[in-house]
Formats: sequence, structure tokens, C-alpha cells
Amino acid sequence: MRSVKKIFSHREPILVVVIIALSLVISLFSNNFLSSTNIISMFVALTVEGIVVIGMVLLLIIGGLDLSVGSVMAFTGVVVALFINNGIPVVIAILLALALAAAIGLVNGVLISKLGLNAFITTLGMMMVIKGLMLVVSSGKAILNMPASFKIIGQGKIGGIQYLVIIMIVLVIIMDLLLRNTRFMRQIYYIGNSELSAQLNGIHVNKIKMMTYCLSSLFAGIAGVLITARFGNASVTLGDNTAMNVITAAIIGGASLNGGQGTVLGAFLGAMFMQLISTSLNMLNVNMYWQNFATGAILILAILIDAINRNRRAGKKAIS
Amino acid sequence: MKEVLRIENIVVTYPGVKAVDNVSFNLNQGEILALLGENGAGKSTLTKVICGAIKPDEGKIFIDGELQKFDSPSIAMEKGVGMVYQELSMVRDMSVAENIFMNRQPTNKNGVIKWEKLYADTKALLDKFEINIDPGTLVKNLSVGTNQLLEILKAISLNPTVIILDEPTSSLTEAEIALMFKTVKKLKEEGHSFIYISHKLSEVFELADRLVIMRDGQYVDSRMISETNENEIVTMMVGREIKDVYGESNDNIKFDDEYYFEVNGLTYDGLYENVSFGLRKGEILGVSGLIGAGRTEMALGIIGAHKPDKGEIRLDGKVLKINSPNDAIANKIAYLTEDRKNLGLYLNMPIKDNLIASMLNNFEVNGKMCEDLIQIHAKEEVEKYSIATPSINQNVGNLSGGNQQKVLISMWVGINPDVIIFDEPTRGVDVGAKAEIYKIIKNYASEGKCIIMISSEMPELLGMSDRILVMYDGRVSGEVLKEDYSEENIIKYATGVNV
Repeated sequence: MRSVKKIFSHREPILVVVIIALSLVISLFSNNFLSSTNIISMFVALTVEGIVVIGMVLLLIIGGLDLSVGSVMAFTGVVVALFINNGIPVVIAILLALALAAAIGLVNGVLISKLGLNAFITTLGMMMVIKGLMLVVSSGKAILNMPASFKIIGQGKIGGIQYLVIIMIVLVIIMDLLLRNTRFMRQIYYIGNSELSAQLNGIHVNKIKMMTYCLSSLFAGIAGVLITARFGNASVTLGDNTAMNVITAAIIGGASLNGGQGTVLGAFLGAMFMQLISTSLNMLNVNMYWQNFATGAILILAILIDAINRNRRAGKKAIS
Repeated sequence: MKEVLRIENIVVTYPGVKAVDNVSFNLNQGEILALLGENGAGKSTLTKVICGAIKPDEGKIFIDGELQKFDSPSIAMEKGVGMVYQELSMVRDMSVAENIFMNRQPTNKNGVIKWEKLYADTKALLDKFEINIDPGTLVKNLSVGTNQLLEILKAISLNPTVIILDEPTSSLTEAEIALMFKTVKKLKEEGHSFIYISHKLSEVFELADRLVIMRDGQYVDSRMISETNENEIVTMMVGREIKDVYGESNDNIKFDDEYYFEVNGLTYDGLYENVSFGLRKGEILGVSGLIGAGRTEMALGIIGAHKPDKGEIRLDGKVLKINSPNDAIANKIAYLTEDRKNLGLYLNMPIKDNLIASMLNNFEVNGKMCEDLIQIHAKEEVEKYSIATPSINQNVGNLSGGNQQKVLISMWVGINPDVIIFDEPTRGVDVGAKAEIYKIIKNYASEGKCIIMISSEMPELLGMSDRILVMYDGRVSGEVLKEDYSEENIIKYATGVNV
């Protein structure tokens, strides 16, 4: 009994159960729902949020956040497309674009950690700066006619499953294991719980923070490259809601805006849950305008449950 | 004896003040050196220099005779200086193991944590010091006292030559203090050296071999423990002699027969149960008990911070309806929190604004806050309580513990209470300011106010109270009258011996 309780004190198993239960319920109303085609297409649709949320949850754990991920994603997509259309080899173009994405994250990181600027405002500004930059370099028009050698990344399959999905799942697993099990990544939790403690214990707080902002941008960049390859063109309207969506997903997955809490797997499951809600509302022919309503309500419910749990514990244990 | 640490001519300057002014001393192997001084004497700053958290403007630090340059706490740690901080540095959402081995978890060559080894190492350390908790427990589920012990363990796990303890017992229960002392003595025998900061002289006499006294950032003197006494130490600390810190004796005061303030059967499931007591006008009721005995919780119940399940509160015979702290204020009951930094004061606001926080209405003229009135009030109060500050515009966060406490008192006395509950009124307050606070409390008692004083400091309870109520595990386990005053009597009740 105690071990059952222990398992359910973590967010991931709860989410897995909820996701499976919800899927089964929906499948009663819609025969197609559990078909492999639908499941795979759901995962394909999940790629953007599923990858960006990895970086975002790291930032939430460390006590930060990044509103510019959507812009960075669109910008990287446009840049990689421009590079390739100007004759730069695909691999090098991708690496250059990702380096640019990481550099934007580094600027965020320096402003926020070294110079102590507020993360919300800084990345809000960066969101607009990068969006503007993206519109300037693309002249506000989508970039079309990508070569097949690039599109294959986003459209190719192995055993019926898109590379995209495989890349996403591999990234999630790798990052989750690294964050759980390496001393280097555990520093993120220490900093998120108490910067001062971390500092006193010899953790290089600023360095780790900068690295985390870098990583967050890098994952946004990866998502940007992949989505561009998938559509075969670079859209300039991409990513407007991405930041809010992934923050929501991460919080549903157990992260907290106060920092110190969350896991990559939990955040990914949160994103999956949101995708599931939106797909199922579609399949049940619910007016799509209800989707925002549902996601928002679920977010509030998630933090409400959290708060109730915390208050109950605090009340019982008092100040001892 | 082998010298392990020597500091020479350390100077730390903050804007406008020399926090540490040319201090030198040494520390030998296996020695416990008590570093004493009033708050603001520069002890904490000095220890932060020794552990690398602050860079001194001048001066040298030698370890084992070798000149050191500490650019960060991690370098000092490597060189064998461990620090146990006054403010707990435990990370709440992580396990005991990951806290003790913070950022030093055993890993394989790829940096992957070896969890089994981590837990085994932690368990071994916990066992060695007879602390019975699971290494996987999250720190937020443990008591403050256990946290403090873990803090010491964390420092010890680095196997340091020198361990600095900054007021390690301020939030510990008697039992935990005993356990901690045992731990420290054991480590001393193993050859570790300690610098020990404490305000509790009885602890210094029990533990230390030698003491160094600081005042106003300067080195005052040093003594072997065997060659000094409490009076001499206090005199050296404050630079003047304090005759009787508790002021005039209140042995001969005659009280009314009737209780003016009564609490009957106050119960909140899981926190405190069936707490009953009464106070006469002008009486000081001490409330003793271990941490977690439910004293603060009971006080919070009285003022309506939470709603007790059962019980009634009477003032002057009338049953009060208290559903929120606002009702308590309206009924002239004031509660001065033990946690003044977080719950009592507005640290980032100036003194003048703090002083009026409980009575904003009085300073509103025609719908506007009247700055002139606020300033006049602030100046009066600063003078009345002799709050040491350059200006009434100073932020309260910059004041010493004693002066903060005075601001808190002034703030609450402003509501003109009939009942004042002081919760740990002298925690983190230095000796000189303590005497002033005791005087203030006694003054209010002599004006006929009912005073409840929750305290963990035995001498203070015995010196101040007219009666002492002892709580154990949420219940009142005993009431000690003046003729039966002794530390043993109180400890018996507080540890549940008689229950």
C-alpha cells in the first residue's frame, strides 16, 4: 500500500494512467482512435511541443522560463531554409542554424544570470526581437521549394514510423536519463530549489543557468528544423503559441513555476496529454474553439490538485 | 599542539562600516574554539571569510601553515574548511542523500550517479551518528532540528579539518542539542577542529576549550574556558557590565484572583489538544516545550490564524468569537511571531512604514496617508524603544535582530492590546538587546497587560515568568509555579516524563 502511495506521489504514473484511460474511453466513441495510423499521426503532431518542452522543463526546474522558444523555432526554420536554398550543404546548414538558436539562448542566459534581468521580461523581449528578425530575413514570406535531401528528415519513415517521432522519443529518453542520473544535470535541481544554497555548495549557478537557457533555445531550434523539413517549407506564422503550450504541458507534467520540481518524462507526458485532448476533441467533432477552454481548465485543475495536496500536508505537519 | 588554522589581520569593509577590523587568531587540532560577540560584532562575516564565501579586503588565512587564497566556498571546502550555515542550506525537494552529498554524488567515469553507493554512504554516515532516517526521505518532510543535524553531517562528509558551526542550536530541541553535542565531541576526538558561534553561554561552557571575543568588528580578547566565567564573558562582549538581565524581580507582585484571559479546551486535531490555561492582569505566563510540542500552533489558534476544532477563549469573562487574526486584533490580542523575518516584518520597507502597519487607519487623513504623522510617530517610537538606526527611513532588513524585535513590538503594541503573545522574543537577539526587550516586556506587564511568552530558552523562562506552562506533544503536560522553578522540573514535563 505504501509503495502504491509512493508511486502516485509522482506525476508520471498518474499521467500514464490518465492517458491510457482517456484513450480507452475515446476509443469507445471513435473506432479509428486506437488505429496505428491515428496513433502515429498523433505522435507526429506532438513533435514540436514534445521537443520544445524538454528544454522548457529544464528551465522551469532551474527556476526560469523562456517565452522566446516559439520565435526561435520559427527563426531557425527560416534560417535553415535560406541556408539550404543558397547552396549550403544540408548538414552544415542545419548545424549552423542550430548554433544560431543556441546563441540566442546564450544571450538570454547572459542577460538573465550574469546581469540579473527578469527572465519573463527578457525572454518576452527576445520573443519579439527574434520574431522581427525572422520576418526581416524572410521578408515576411514562407520559404518554399526545399530539396528532397532535406525533406527526407521530416517525411521519411522507418518501419512505418516517421524519423521525427523517433528523434523526439530518443531525445526525451536521453534527456530524462541524463537529468535523473548525472551529477552535472542534477545541479539544475539544486539551483531551482535554492540558488543561495547551490552557490554556497560550490555550484557555478550562473554557468549552469546560461547552459540551460542555451539548451532550451537549442531544443526550440531542433523543433524548428524538423517542422520545416516535415512541411517542406519554412512558415513565418509558426510558434506563436508554442511557449505557453509547452509551459502548460510541463506544469501538467509536474513542474512548478517556483522551480525545483519536474522531470523531462513528466513534461513530455504532459505534452502528450494535451495532444490527446486536442485530437480527441477533433475526433468527437467538438467545436475546435473548445480546445483552449479544455486545456486551460486542465492546467488550473492540475495546479489546484497540487496546491490542495501541499496545503493538506502543511496543515497536518504544521511548523515542526 | 598542532596549529591547523591561523588568520592574520583580516579586514572586511562594507559601505560605511568595517564589519571585520584587523582580526587575528589561530585554531589547534582537536580544539573547539567559541567565537563570541553580540549580533553585528562581525562573527558571521569573519566565518564567511574563512569558508571562502566572502573575500576579505586585507589579511591572510593559513591552513596547516600554508597561505591560502579562497576564491569560492568550493576551494575552501577542498582545503578542508567545512561550514554549517546559520540559515539552513538544505534543498527541500531533494532526498537526504542528495543533500548531504550535494553536488558530490558518487558517479562513474561518465558522470552517472551510482545511486546504491550514494544511499549506502549516506546510511553509513547516518548510522555513525545514530540518526534514524531513510536516505531517500525528502528533506521537506523532516523537522527543522533534523535538518540542522543533516547540515552538520553534510559538512562532516567532506572530512574537513576545520568545521565552522554558526549558531547550530538555535532551532534545536534539547534532545537534538544533546545528540549534536555528542556528535561534535566524537569528531573532536577524531581530531577535527571547530569554530563555534553561539549566543548560549551554557553551551559554550559545555563544549568549548577556548573562546575568542569580538566586538564591533574587532578582536577583544581570548580566554581558556577553564579560566573565565559568564560574567566576565558578558562584560567583554558588551563592553559594559550587565547586572541583572531580567530586571527587577517580580516575586512580590500581587495579582487579582480572577483570570482576565482564559483559554478552555482549545483543540486542533493533530496539532494541539485540550489546551486550557488562564492569566491574571499583569501576569507573565511562560510557555515551555520542545519544538513540535504545539506551542506556536496553539498561539496561532488563539489568534484565529486557523480555526480550532474545539475550545473557547474568554476575555474579562466574555467568550470571544475569533475567526481570523483580524478578530484577534479587534479583541486586543496581539501575537508577535517567532519568525519575524518572514512573518512579522516587511524587511524591504523602511522602519516608519513598518511601525504603522498594524494601524494604518490612524494615519489616514481625508483618505490620504499623512506622511507628517507617520514621521512623528516613527521618531517617537524609535526614541521610546531606543531602536539603533541612522534614520527612520532605513529598511528594517538592515537592522540587527534586537532592533528588528523592537520594531515588531512597537508595531503590535500600537493596537493597544490587553493580551500580548510573545513567541521566542529574543531569538537571534544579542545579550545587550535581550535585557532591553525583557525590560519592555516587564513594563507592559506592570501596566496590567496579560503576557504569554513562548520560549525555548530556559533561563529566560525562569527569569521572566510568574508561572510556566509546559507543553508536550500538543497537550499541557504541566504547570510549574515559582516555588518549584528549576530547569529539571520543566524538562521533565517537556520531555513527557510525567505524562
